Amino acid sequence: MKNKLFRLNYIQKEKITGYCFLSPNLMGFLIFSLLPIIASIFLTFTSWNLATNPKFVGFDNFSTVLKDELFWKYLWNTIYYAIGTIPLTVILAFFLAYLLNKKIRGVVFFRTLYFLPSVTLLVAIAIVWSWLYNADFGLFNYFLGKIGITGPRWLQSKEWAMPAIIIMGIWKGTGYSMLIFLAGLQGIPERYYEAAEIDGANWWHKIVHITIPLISPTTFFVIVTTTIGSIQGFDQFYIMTRGGPSGATTTLVYYIFQNAFEWFKMGYAATIAMMLFIIVLILTLIQWHFSNKWVFDEGVE
Amino acid sequence: MLNKNTQNYIANFITYTILIISSMAVILPFVWMIFSSFKTAGEIWTFPPVFMPKKFQWSNYIDAWNALPFDRFLFNSIFVTVCVTVGQLFTCSFGGYAFARLRFPGRDKLFLMYLATLMIPFPVLMIPLFIIMQSLGWTDTLKSLIVPCLFSAWGTFLMRQFMMGIPRALEDAAKIDGCSYWQLYWKIIVPQCKPVFATLGIFTFMGTWNNFFWPLIMINTIGKKTLPLGLVMFQTRIAAETPWHLIMAASCVTVLPILILFVIGQKYYVKGVVTSGLKG
Repeated sequence: MKNKLFRLNYIQKEKITGYCFLSPNLMGFLIFSLLPIIASIFLTFTSWNLATNPKFVGFDNFSTVLKDELFWKYLWNTIYYAIGTIPLTVILAFFLAYLLNKKIRGVVFFRTLYFLPSVTLLVAIAIVWSWLYNADFGLFNYFLGKIGITGPRWLQSKEWAMPAIIIMGIWKGTGYSMLIFLAGLQGIPERYYEAAEIDGANWWHKIVHITIPLISPTTFFVIVTTTIGSIQGFDQFYIMTRGGPSGATTTLVYYIFQNAFEWFKMGYAATIAMMLFIIVLILTLIQWHFSNKWVFDEGVE
Repeated sequence: MLNKNTQNYIANFITYTILIISSMAVILPFVWMIFSSFKTAGEIWTFPPVFMPKKFQWSNYIDAWNALPFDRFLFNSIFVTVCVTVGQLFTCSFGGYAFARLRFPGRDKLFLMYLATLMIPFPVLMIPLFIIMQSLGWTDTLKSLIVPCLFSAWGTFLMRQFMMGIPRALEDAAKIDGCSYWQLYWKIIVPQCKPVFATLGIFTFMGTWNNFFWPLIMINTIGKKTLPLGLVMFQTRIAAETPWHLIMAASCVTVLPILILFVIGQKYYVKGVVTSGLKG
């Protein structure tokens, strides 16, 4: 009897302690994660400029967004940025990781160096690059001039502003993907390569028939996460172009920002945010679905 | 044999050539930033551009510092970053411990909810968060940059995963000796969690220091701005002729602490990228 009472107390105590330990965390979670999520669902059904009371408008925001030409244009801009950035980032990252996976001197040095852009304040990078892109005094047009090309007006040009930001995005993002590739490459057992070598495979055969197939889960992961990351970009667009010229670099996130904090259309901004969320959700679900099928479960630490 | 050696030699040569060329591409904007920060206004506005300044203008740094209240920005940045980092280490390790070690009703459901929120993009949260801050009367205060960031689902997840991997034997022994849960956490778990504390600490520090979007929404007053907002003020304030040499100087100062932190804590940072990377 006494023993049972003790046990009960013990379990009770563990429960209470569990909630105690979790409570600061849980409070943050409830107020700053869960509440905003629920609130943003409600917001999508309202029209609210912050000054007056929110007005319930049903599905009006959704029908407006689907008819909003700007929304579709900016959605396209967002996709354009993602499609422009991701393939090159992934290829370069894989290539660099492949080179760094060899047993050569100075690997850590190069790895650190390639990773620097990823940890550097994006605001500072965007500022430096806008100076590099300066049409009259910038370094890029100077180099282009050297090989006989008259450089475009980059950030002031409708056609070239987005490619300019894409190039910077590749420069900034490659290091991060490279690091993940490197971890993936280190998970491929050495004996596969040795076996292939005995069969007389050259480096090209080894890349095509061993490395690329075995690294595919990592590749897939990198593609999905960089896509999710790139469609949420904001800082560079704000700093380099303010979404211009004439909306050429306005992305969905920038449009949300404009609606919410420049025009105070909170309900409409929340609706666009919800569309963005749906896109991210689909990407995440695709990733979950396929990552279970493609797992290569040998030797990954 | 010789053939094989020559092959290796050529392969290494090609590898290094590519690595060095790509390093130059990576490093060029940094070098350009540093050199530009020492140029005179005249050297900035010349074409063809001069790479190296004739004389290093250290005074640029002082001028940049005085052009805007940078001491204030620096203080705000440090204050916010330190508060958030320390706070997150506490809340996330508490939460991680509860999720990893203690049994209580609803634990697994709650943890799943945490995981689910990981994929919600910030732009979805920022509008309601702004409204919450406004109703609390916290807009345009440093509080608004600190309090909502004291908690992180990702950090909790990271802590929990690491703590799950710690063998229970030591705790069981201590439990028999009559240690309380608090003692178990503080004396047994925390000392073994140093690496994950380092990882989360560095991530949070960098993330907070580099954060631009949230402060941009929350802060209006100059005296409340953090360094990234200060940098952008430079760019927009003087519309006619942007003082690029001063901006570059200010950028160097802002970027430097993070680069140093990264180089020192690289091992832990890389670990964080890789675990969150492979686990998704």
